[in-house]
Amino acid sequence: MSTTMQPPTTTPPPPKVNRIGLNMAQYKGADSTLCAGCGHDAITASIIKAFYEYGVDPHKVAKLSGIGCSSKTPAYFLGQSHGFNGVHGRMPAIATGVMLANQQLLAVGVSGDGDTASIGMGQFVHLLRRNIPMMYIVENNGVYGLTKGQFSATADFGSKAKGGYINNLPAIDICALAIELGCNFVCRSFAGDPKQLGALLKAALGHKGTTLFDVISPCVTFNNHEGSTKSYKYAKDHEELLHEISYVPFFEQIKVDYKEGEGKDVELHDGSHIRLRKTSHDYDPTSKAQAMNMLRQCQESNEFLTGLIYVNEEKPDFLSQLHMVDAPLATLPQELTQPSPEDLKKIMSELM
Amino acid sequence: MSDQSPQALAEEEQRANKTELMVNDFSIQVATVNGSGSQSSNSVLMRSIFQMGIPVSGKNLFPSNIAGLPTWFTIRANKDGWIARKKEIDFLVAMNADTAREDVMALDPGRVVVYEETLRLNQLRKDLTFFPVPFAKLATGITTDSRLRKLLANMIYVGVVGELMEIDPAEMETALTKQFKGKAKAVALNKLALEAGRKFAQENLDRHLVPFRCRRMNATTGKIIIDGNSAAALGCMFAGITVATWYPITPSSSLVETLAEYMHEYRIGPDGKATFAIVQAEDELAAVGMAIGAGWAGARSMTSTAGPGISLMNEFVGLAYYGEIPVVIFDVTRVGPSTGLPTRTQQSDILAIVNCSHGDTQHIMLIPNSVSECFDMAVDAFDLTERFQTPIFVMSDLDLGMNNWMSDGFKYPTRKFDRGKVLSAEDLERLGKFERYRDVDGDGIPYRTLPGTDHPAASYFTRGSGHNEKALYSEKPEDYKNNMDRLAKKYDTARKYVPQPEVQYAKGANIGFLAFGTSHWAIIESMDQLQREFKMPISYYRLRAVPFTKDLVEYFEKHDRVYVVEQNRDGQMAGLIKLELSSELGSKIRSIRHYSGLPIDARFVTDAIVAAEAEEKGAKK
Repeated sequence: MSTTMQPPTTTPPPPKVNRIGLNMAQYKGADSTLCAGCGHDAITASIIKAFYEYGVDPHKVAKLSGIGCSSKTPAYFLGQSHGFNGVHGRMPAIATGVMLANQQLLAVGVSGDGDTASIGMGQFVHLLRRNIPMMYIVENNGVYGLTKGQFSATADFGSKAKGGYINNLPAIDICALAIELGCNFVCRSFAGDPKQLGALLKAALGHKGTTLFDVISPCVTFNNHEGSTKSYKYAKDHEELLHEISYVPFFEQIKVDYKEGEGKDVELHDGSHIRLRKTSHDYDPTSKAQAMNMLRQCQESNEFLTGLIYVNEEKPDFLSQLHMVDAPLATLPQELTQPSPEDLKKIMSELM
Repeated sequence: MSDQSPQALAEEEQRANKTELMVNDFSIQVATVNGSGSQSSNSVLMRSIFQMGIPVSGKNLFPSNIAGLPTWFTIRANKDGWIARKKEIDFLVAMNADTAREDVMALDPGRVVVYEETLRLNQLRKDLTFFPVPFAKLATGITTDSRLRKLLANMIYVGVVGELMEIDPAEMETALTKQFKGKAKAVALNKLALEAGRKFAQENLDRHLVPFRCRRMNATTGKIIIDGNSAAALGCMFAGITVATWYPITPSSSLVETLAEYMHEYRIGPDGKATFAIVQAEDELAAVGMAIGAGWAGARSMTSTAGPGISLMNEFVGLAYYGEIPVVIFDVTRVGPSTGLPTRTQQSDILAIVNCSHGDTQHIMLIPNSVSECFDMAVDAFDLTERFQTPIFVMSDLDLGMNNWMSDGFKYPTRKFDRGKVLSAEDLERLGKFERYRDVDGDGIPYRTLPGTDHPAASYFTRGSGHNEKALYSEKPEDYKNNMDRLAKKYDTARKYVPQPEVQYAKGANIGFLAFGTSHWAIIESMDQLQREFKMPISYYRLRAVPFTKDLVEYFEKHDRVYVVEQNRDGQMAGLIKLELSSELGSKIRSIRHYSGLPIDARFVTDAIVAAEAEEKGAKK
């Protein structure tokens, strides 16, 4: 827990540190209590590494979650950041309120497929529609773990539960939904591909607005068997890479390491770059139409598409439309938030 | 009237001279349809009387509908300052063909009716004074626009009523100009309508048949007219609110809407940027969730709703209670259960709030009785929520929130905001450690830090699941129990901080009232009636907050019977008080309940007390 952490400058001997002088251990949290081999723990490790490499200041982060296995994970990373584990499916409202109160915070939300696409669908779509600046990571395993293996709304049509029954409802495609609703940074990745996930996480840190991560994260206990479409094996066998991803942070020199036409370089709001090198697809992630088309094709062919599916660095986020003062509302002094006695007198005279 | 014979006229005059004039003590009811634009006219009528220095109150009885259904607006003028609803109507303006018959039949004999002449209401009864007015025809004389004609008919009745009751024409023009402030064309047209009404009445209607008069007095100097929602909005603004998140619902919508208007005028910094955020959420769950998120991050945050919204907010309220997060929630109560009567008033959310959400919870409620308390308690609520790190409910109601009330001007809150026990980075450096849920001071209130605090010891993890003093997940029985006991202690501490009751012990009284919120206005008028008409002295305990304070027990000890008066079916507050008292004191509770959806009136209370006391005496014999 954070209270036992020492300030970075007093830790001898000096271990390897990032650009703000913190070591990797300072980005860790409590020990995970999830099942051994859980995809969620792999995502936690990717978050720790990405935030360390980027040099995120932990005290500026607010970790937010709902209820479920995935929602427990904010306790397992960034022990020096405030965390808030709310109620089931309602993390978006909490996140929105937190960002209204203090727009200088970096909100990191972790949710699951049930927490997002079943009970939380109502708040999720409005978060996307508003474009609240935050990282929204869905650790998607298609089942409810804590209640022992019931299907969620992202379970694929025809997939088999551990108990043998077949899901006969269509899956909700979180990425397609997010693009449709105006999210401007939409990606899908795999807990078992830390290289890709790490690059995407760092890129997301530089985006202004909601960044949506649909990360397939196999549930080793309830959804990793033959017939599951969210198992490690199925994901590996069916993964379809949109592009090879690399990331160049704003604090590093950009080197041109591929030829014209071999890929695409997107500059993010913080000045970082994400490089998308062509695979077999000739794909433009800045085209909404192409993104929707590609998602549809992969749904039909049962392929598991990963990569940065859609990005748009031009759109304004919700907070910029509220025209708030730059300082956090939370800590504005009374002089700035209480109108004067003369103001009250004027209002009273208008009511006489 | 004008076409009567000289003999009839002489008789009329004689009758009128005999009639005792009721000066500055009457009620006017305008019966119309909603969406007809009568609201502005009624406002002008009420304001004109107010400007003549006469105490006045206005109540709008409206349907849950946009246009075309019956609406009644009642203005009560009373020289003694009684502003509760009065059951009896003295002067009816019948504009709605659908309800006209029923409205006329409900009047007591001797009352006055102004009506659209085509309705032929004078044939219904012989014991009323009828004044037919050709509203449609008169409006045609002012404009050819048929839509405008409908609106102007409303201002014509204001002119007619004004002339018949001798309301100062200059005050009517002032009120009209204020009502249509900045809209020169509307002012001009409405003035024509007002004048047309006055002129018609002068030339055609006999004022001497009207026993009600307005006479200038001096009882409204320095007073304002405002509705409770606007008053609460102003309270929030002067309390330094920074985040308001809400979802529209009758009767609370105008609270945040008015807040937004004022904030855009008074809370924009010199750089043109807002010192606030107001967000309309997708539903009440999100509205309260956002307010809680903002409160957790340190903002002075609020949401405003009514019963159905409270039902939806339950889960989040439990989180804020158990996670100890500040948030202010206004409940502008309407009639339940379910959708109920969305446009009628009640005090029926007491039990739904006091233990809102599952598990053991206890919540703090502030209960304003007036627009000025809406203002003051809004200010108090933000200090209390940050001091106690728990939701604070401000329990208004539709009658208070949406109706216009006369009041003294609001007092500027001069005290420094109480931001509660928040540790800064410097505090943490000095203290060396921080445990979120430890009772350091023995008052049950722990310390918190805000996200964004630049210190490695600042962070903690908020959760609605079991936790220990260090905010770590825990299922240990002793951790759970310690935490719950501390929360109970915190609630106990709050008794000293919440608005204290106002207690009046009547000399020689062995019985007392206990009431709260808007019931107050009927209670004080009833106390006067009981004293004057029945020589019955009665004490009064006006409850202003829950949890209860110590003097509640004392009040029960000093009386044989305490009449708990409230506006709900089940005697919710009486039940809550019973839990607080010993069984002996609890047996002194007598419950009086008014729950028709209309605001409680004094006569109802007086009748109930007299009947109950007679029964007590009968039982003793």
